[in-house]
Amino acid sequence: MSGNDGMLHPDLLGRDGEEAILRGGRRLDHAEAASKPLRSHPEQQPRGAKVHGRRPIDQAEAASRFIAAPEHEKMHDERLWDLRLKRDREMQALPEWEELRSLASAIKEHTLTRLDEYLDQFEANARSNGVYLHWARDAAEHNHIVHGILRDHGAKSLIKSKSMLTEECGFRYYMASVGIEVIETDLGERIQQLDNEDPSHVVVPAVHKLRTDVAEVFAATIGTDPDNSDVHYLAEAQREATRPLILAADAGMTGCNFAVAETGSVVVCTNEGNADLSANVPKLHIASIGIEKVVPRLEHLAVFVRLLSRSALGSPITQYTSHFRGPRKGGEMHIVLVDNGRSERLGLADFWTSLKCIRCGACMNTCPVYRRSGGLSYGATYSGPIGLIIDPTFNARTYSNLPFASTLNGSCTNVCPVKINIHEQIYAWRRELVRQHEVPFVKKVVMKAAGELLSRPAAYRAAISTTDAVLAHLPRFLIYNGLNAWGKHREVPHPPRQTFHSWYHANRGEKP
Amino acid sequence: MRIGLFIPCYIDAFFPEVGVATLELLERLGHEVVYPRDQTCCGQPMANSGFNIECTNTEALFVHNFSGFDYVVAPSGSCVHHVRDNFDAIRQTPEVKQVRARTYELVEFLHDVLKVAAFPWARFPHRIGLHNSCGTLRRLKHATPSELHEPFYSKPMDLLSKVGGIEFVSPARPDECCGFGGTFAVFNEVVSTKMGYDKVTDHTRAGAEYIVSADSSCLMHQQGCAERIGLPIKFIHIAQILAGASA
Repeated sequence: MSGNDGMLHPDLLGRDGEEAILRGGRRLDHAEAASKPLRSHPEQQPRGAKVHGRRPIDQAEAASRFIAAPEHEKMHDERLWDLRLKRDREMQALPEWEELRSLASAIKEHTLTRLDEYLDQFEANARSNGVYLHWARDAAEHNHIVHGILRDHGAKSLIKSKSMLTEECGFRYYMASVGIEVIETDLGERIQQLDNEDPSHVVVPAVHKLRTDVAEVFAATIGTDPDNSDVHYLAEAQREATRPLILAADAGMTGCNFAVAETGSVVVCTNEGNADLSANVPKLHIASIGIEKVVPRLEHLAVFVRLLSRSALGSPITQYTSHFRGPRKGGEMHIVLVDNGRSERLGLADFWTSLKCIRCGACMNTCPVYRRSGGLSYGATYSGPIGLIIDPTFNARTYSNLPFASTLNGSCTNVCPVKINIHEQIYAWRRELVRQHEVPFVKKVVMKAAGELLSRPAAYRAAISTTDAVLAHLPRFLIYNGLNAWGKHREVPHPPRQTFHSWYHANRGEKP
Repeated sequence: MRIGLFIPCYIDAFFPEVGVATLELLERLGHEVVYPRDQTCCGQPMANSGFNIECTNTEALFVHNFSGFDYVVAPSGSCVHHVRDNFDAIRQTPEVKQVRARTYELVEFLHDVLKVAAFPWARFPHRIGLHNSCGTLRRLKHATPSELHEPFYSKPMDLLSKVGGIEFVSPARPDECCGFGGTFAVFNEVVSTKMGYDKVTDHTRAGAEYIVSADSSCLMHQQGCAERIGLPIKFIHIAQILAGASA
């Protein structure tokens, strides 16, 4: 190749020293070249955590496969870091930012400590607005209630906007099992649905996908050109494919960002306007709401709405902030208030404030582990820092590894708009999991041995008395599985001639 | 002033020069510094893994070693954070509480307690990238973290500005975690090392000759990462610069 390599698009460069397709297009003139795809094979999308029954999810294994796909990892890290930077710019533009965070936290804590009162108030006001209100103890009850409403209306298809609660409830899978078609209307969520994958992020559900991945999914499901990964083309094709389904749907469903007690209204924030379609196009609107979503008064939205999109995407506000107060004319509106473990979580002294979460995803965007692991590596509804402290409340065994997928760096806590002490709760979960015996036996043995050795100075000194022994023993009890894992992708520290202890003895000490 | 010198286990074993620099610096500033010989560790490796009960005897030994000093000083942010904020396996007697409250990380001790005005013996004519470890930055509050809307301050930068010749470089992600994270470094070694590669690359791109930190554990990890991917960047603990190390 000539010295022009750097000028050419990588796709135009030959592989393994092959002659490149030149800009003049010479090689495209003959049949062999014309049949050669212009683009080499795009990097395959790494898939999420492997699930083996109730065995603990191995986040580290899935994360290593994500990192082994460098185009995906780099794009993911940079795209989310960019959201973090945009968030920082919005924060810097608001002198009252920290005050807003304190207010938001205080409103949430106040509400959570009087949750029963505010839920009663919300229920009464929603009913007086003409809304049918249902209570669901858990995911199964939620799914049955919604199914019942749909059955009563003879509904066979349901359009819905994005909702983490319905993900929590396995709603899509349940609906498929009873023969009701669910159509996600959020673009990212639709991509994930078509790919039969869970969302990897609470706000940007397909953020782990390259556009070439999306092109592949759309080619297989809605018949787009597999070689065309132009985002405008893909978005338009998806719109053309989904709009008729939206217009023909029998029922619509939304989640909820804020349920206002004093008005009984449901507030949904989106950037695509898809919640409005879901709520307003069909005559039947069902809103699924986690009980922690209630806020006392409309004026409190002034705090939360200012924080939500700034924290999530670094934009001042979402394109749409829609208030649904009652059924539209000739229509019907149902609200399902869902507990699914929330009241139990409210009783956990160390973890109840995780219920303050407004699902902005700022902790994910800032988390250096999340950005390099991909959200699907967590194998749970909630990924990233907030996931580490919520997921174990659903199943301490299955999610027992997650609180260890953190460096405890604390950036998540600092970006949290409702001031959840996320990294301290991650630390507290580690203690709790050890208490519940949900950590590997071998780790327990090693930690116990370390505790004994470190409390006996003579034995400790004997164990590290020579520098060779330092390398042999110290990392073993400090970091348990030794230098294999340390040295796999980084060099081991250079052993010094003597420890500080010996230096001190030789230079300062008379006493041995 | 009588200072108990707390040299964390990995500094004792791998970075004795950091311990020596800390000792000589405090002595040069005119203080009596004692290194209790029977010290081992603060218990952090077990506690961070969730094994708190296993820390009980180690914590008792720590208190036994460091009781009665005016201050306990260590050149390690994460260990001091542990002692001050999480050291609760043993019963919290007045003696335990006092030792915990008197335990300081070197930078904050020099900056907040001794209020050192100058380091006339120190000169470090190099471009450095400052790595605020997460323990010092977000727990001990050495500096304003980039996530918060607060007025800028940086205690390590204040101290280093008193050293002749230093030029600071600005990495693109100044306070992103380097991926060490204690046992995280081995249990999640792939993510850990990727974070480390990115960190040392960021500092290299910014033009740093040295990465400087108040935590040797981060530096140990970053050095291992830099050597593996062949970056010629060097590493030095802030205690060594302040004590007058030339390079």
